[in-house]
Amino acid sequence: MKYHKDIFEVIFFARGGQGAKTTAEILAQSALFENKFVQAFPSFGPERSGAPTKTYLRISDSEIRTHEPVVDPDLVVVLDDTLLDSQEVAFNLDKNEFLIINTQMPEHKVREKMMERGGNFSGKIYPVDASGISMKIIGAPRPNTVILGKFVKVSGIVKLESVIEEFREIFEKKIGKEACDKNILAIEKAYDTI
Amino acid sequence: MNKKNKLALTGGAAAAEALKQIEPEVMPIYPITPQTPIIETYAGFQANGEVDTEIIKVESEHSAMSAAIGASAAGARTATATSSQGLALMHEMLYIASGMRLPILMLVSARALAAPINIHGDHSDVMGCRDSGWIQIFCENGQEVYDKTIIGMRLAEKVKLPVMVIMDGFNTSHSVENLEILETKIVKEFVGRFEAINSLLDTDNPVSYGPVALQNSYFEFRIDEEEAMEKAFEEYQKIAKEFEKISGRKYEFFEKYQTEDAEKILVLTGSASGTSKVVIDKLRESGEKVGLLKIGLFRPFPHKEIAEALKNAKEIIVLDRAQSIGTNPPFYSEILNSFVGTGRDLSVPINKKIKSYIYGLGGRDIFQKQIEDVILGKHKGKYIK
Repeated sequence: MKYHKDIFEVIFFARGGQGAKTTAEILAQSALFENKFVQAFPSFGPERSGAPTKTYLRISDSEIRTHEPVVDPDLVVVLDDTLLDSQEVAFNLDKNEFLIINTQMPEHKVREKMMERGGNFSGKIYPVDASGISMKIIGAPRPNTVILGKFVKVSGIVKLESVIEEFREIFEKKIGKEACDKNILAIEKAYDTI
Repeated sequence: MNKKNKLALTGGAAAAEALKQIEPEVMPIYPITPQTPIIETYAGFQANGEVDTEIIKVESEHSAMSAAIGASAAGARTATATSSQGLALMHEMLYIASGMRLPILMLVSARALAAPINIHGDHSDVMGCRDSGWIQIFCENGQEVYDKTIIGMRLAEKVKLPVMVIMDGFNTSHSVENLEILETKIVKEFVGRFEAINSLLDTDNPVSYGPVALQNSYFEFRIDEEEAMEKAFEEYQKIAKEFEKISGRKYEFFEKYQTEDAEKILVLTGSASGTSKVVIDKLRESGEKVGLLKIGLFRPFPHKEIAEALKNAKEIIVLDRAQSIGTNPPFYSEILNSFVGTGRDLSVPINKKIKSYIYGLGGRDIFQKQIEDVILGKHKGKYIK
């Protein structure tokens, strides 16, 4: 049985500099917008560009008191498929839970890769070419933004409108309306990609 | 929802938010991980013209505290923030701030001390200055950081002693959590205007700070300081009660969680107490009579009240996130003191098992499973690693 029954828990696997922390924080703000309780924090290692990182996200309808790292996630997001070579990303992920991965590989290839490392994850894998979508629509590699769309679709834990609204609120001033719109378009595209 | 007052922020940003509403007149600052987000955020507020604070960028923490002492003695409401080596470097000046009875507010994002170098959370730094005459208040999460920053400012000015508001480095300072903030107007009214007494700048009434006090008077100054610290108990309670009226959030010397009929009580502080509450709930569900006492006010330490709160427990389990190399760890010592050092009839046996564990040094994670094992007596050894 899961320990935190009422809390939706996520681990993001990424590399330093890929913006997983921002992704988790946008989702936290979006959930807050829906009056939920949230927690987002990185695994506190020395963050070096390119080194594997873990970021945790919790979303709940009631107060979140625990501060332990997420040990038994409901959903895992992998922002960089080369991490499959070194990380056991599906640790404690059960067959009715999900994995989202930014990759060009089809689902069975991802699964094979995970098996090579001795993993036995039998739940659903959602590959999405977030980097590709990002290059095409935004014109820059922002898979951490694009993946938001997929996250919303798969998890159903926050609404797409909330994420878009929060994204606009946080970024429109910083990056300008045009760039912001492109990012949002890319989020929507990832949401619609099956 | 009223988005204005409900935010999701890191503990560091929560501290900056409270400081923004307090709007100290002077803030000497020097960066150090994991405190930097506090002063960085605050400097942003100042650069944007949201606060009218004189920020003094100094070249070290020793200078930061020195500048804070100067500003406070001059009569300005003064705050700063630090961590770890920075706090250690301030050490000399900490005693000068408290000895001069200056109401400086300092946020500490508690972190391990070198060597070896480690930038992560534990309570070694703040424990290193527990005898420095500063009031020390621990926080569990970002909400408490926000609230206790506001309470701390008022307490400092009321009892004329400097106050440290302590959060767990990274676990709290860098975790985004829900935060309810008060309206700025309400916070400003709560802390009030700072009326400096004995300002160095009041040339009509010249005073001198920190002069020589030799055999005939030094002793008396130290006794005065102790008495001021004693007074902080009562004032803390009064201020916290008033704060409850404006916020609905209640703070006592410590928090009792499920202790009423508890046979075993876990004593600890900081972010791990939230984690432990989940464990307490789980064990309660399976019929274990367990509870938790979370230390909030650490200096002055409420021995009498703690002894009272723990009196019915058969077993007390104390978790420290610091060592006191060569003797018992800090919280454990205080808990033992609570039972023997407060005028109790020593001929009556204490009749309790009081256990000590150390966890989380240098940012080592602590998990619910480990806490559960400790409570159930399944954990071997005194270190939870």
